[in-house]
Amino acid sequence: MLAKRIIPCLDVKEGRVVKGVNYVDFQDAGDPVEQAAWYNEQGADELTFLDITASLEHRDTVLDIVRRTAEQVFIPFTVGGGIRTIEDIRDTTQAGADKVSIMTAALLNPEIITEGAERFGSQCIVVAIDAKRVVGDEENLGPAPDEQIEWRVYTHGGTRPTEVDALEYAMRAEELGAGELLVTSIDADGTKAGYDVELLRRISEHASIPVIASGGAGTVDHLYEAIDYGKADAVLAASIFHFRELTIRECKEQLAARGVPVRL
Amino acid sequence: MIALIDYGMGNLGSVSNALRFAGCDFEVTSDPKKLAEADGAILPGVGAFGDCMENLREYGLVEPIREFIASDRPFLGICLGLQLLFSEGEEMGTHRGLDVVPGRVIRFTHSLKIPQIGWNQITARQDCPQLEGVADGAYVYFVHSYHVVPEDESVIATTTDYGYEFCSAIRRGNLFATQFHPEKSSTIGLQILRNFVAGVTCA
Repeated sequence: MLAKRIIPCLDVKEGRVVKGVNYVDFQDAGDPVEQAAWYNEQGADELTFLDITASLEHRDTVLDIVRRTAEQVFIPFTVGGGIRTIEDIRDTTQAGADKVSIMTAALLNPEIITEGAERFGSQCIVVAIDAKRVVGDEENLGPAPDEQIEWRVYTHGGTRPTEVDALEYAMRAEELGAGELLVTSIDADGTKAGYDVELLRRISEHASIPVIASGGAGTVDHLYEAIDYGKADAVLAASIFHFRELTIRECKEQLAARGVPVRL
Repeated sequence: MIALIDYGMGNLGSVSNALRFAGCDFEVTSDPKKLAEADGAILPGVGAFGDCMENLREYGLVEPIREFIASDRPFLGICLGLQLLFSEGEEMGTHRGLDVVPGRVIRFTHSLKIPQIGWNQITARQDCPQLEGVADGAYVYFVHSYHVVPEDESVIATTTDYGYEFCSAIRRGNLFATQFHPEKSSTIGLQILRNFVAGVTCA
């Protein structure tokens, strides 16, 4: 049976991990490659590097991280942040990334999804959707199947609102050739109070490509809810793993005990 | 020498990295002569079935690959490198394959999400030296929308359950090919690559 995936996310700035595992035994706690290897040993199913460097000249630094990770870590990994052009996709995948996640560029210039999928295969193109509730309860993000809720897409790291409906955009991204959807709730992100499972469920029920849940994970219960109620195919989380409140193995064992298929 | 066959479809970086990590001596080549002289060969593949066959033809590699496999030297196909071995594929129209293994390549016929992306389990259908040390039920990494259907079921090496049971690896003598990606399957995948390499040096 296809396992649900657990994906740690590492925020990288100027070549260093800024939001990563808080692990005293590392020789160099800021080294993304060392952290990637550690997560692989822990049983992470994939890895995501999110490059939060603002300026363009650090592109080479990211590519260097990708190259060094690909030489040592043999699980799939995704690079997101600052992917704007077909050339960016080419450089990143040639350096060894399996996938790229595209957010702002995909919204402003949707042809990048189609062209990227044609050139590199749709499995390579993850469309990242940052969504925020504009109609509905912004506090309670739990199951609310009958509530009328609307989400809008935000760009530029969740700072700029658009008029685009998140559900419609998800469907369009799939039609254009996206291989996966990375769905982040801006309302939930950073709260550690749980994913926006209603958002996940409504997108998952309509999408025929995998949906990765992101934003809000604080406990194993949250991961479970995203998979069970939210019907997510994979869960991405950052702080829950970085601060070693839980290891990935512990998460997986607890999910397995509740009947979720995971790779142990 | 192991030939890693380059026929212009996608980058060979992941497979190269994993082989290097597994301590394998190999050479990336598109040269039919080099392939003819190799002790083992690996055919990776990313992209669409028809495009890949067209590239193999352009590079003049169709007959050399068929001859290499006929000589029963160790051969490893990965993902599309498995599918291409079959008689025909139905991805974007019907295309003739290398026709080394009788059978077809079809799209998943269930209503689950396609492509299958992620880790799934393999169950062995035969004893393969290429799978030594790999436990039944081990998880490996898949990314695909199509799967192979061999006419002769005795070539099936492993099966995997995604909506229904499908053939996830084949083996016939020294010919071994996987739908999953050993180069992305962590410890288990590296074990499979090492097993393949061990088979080459012993040959």
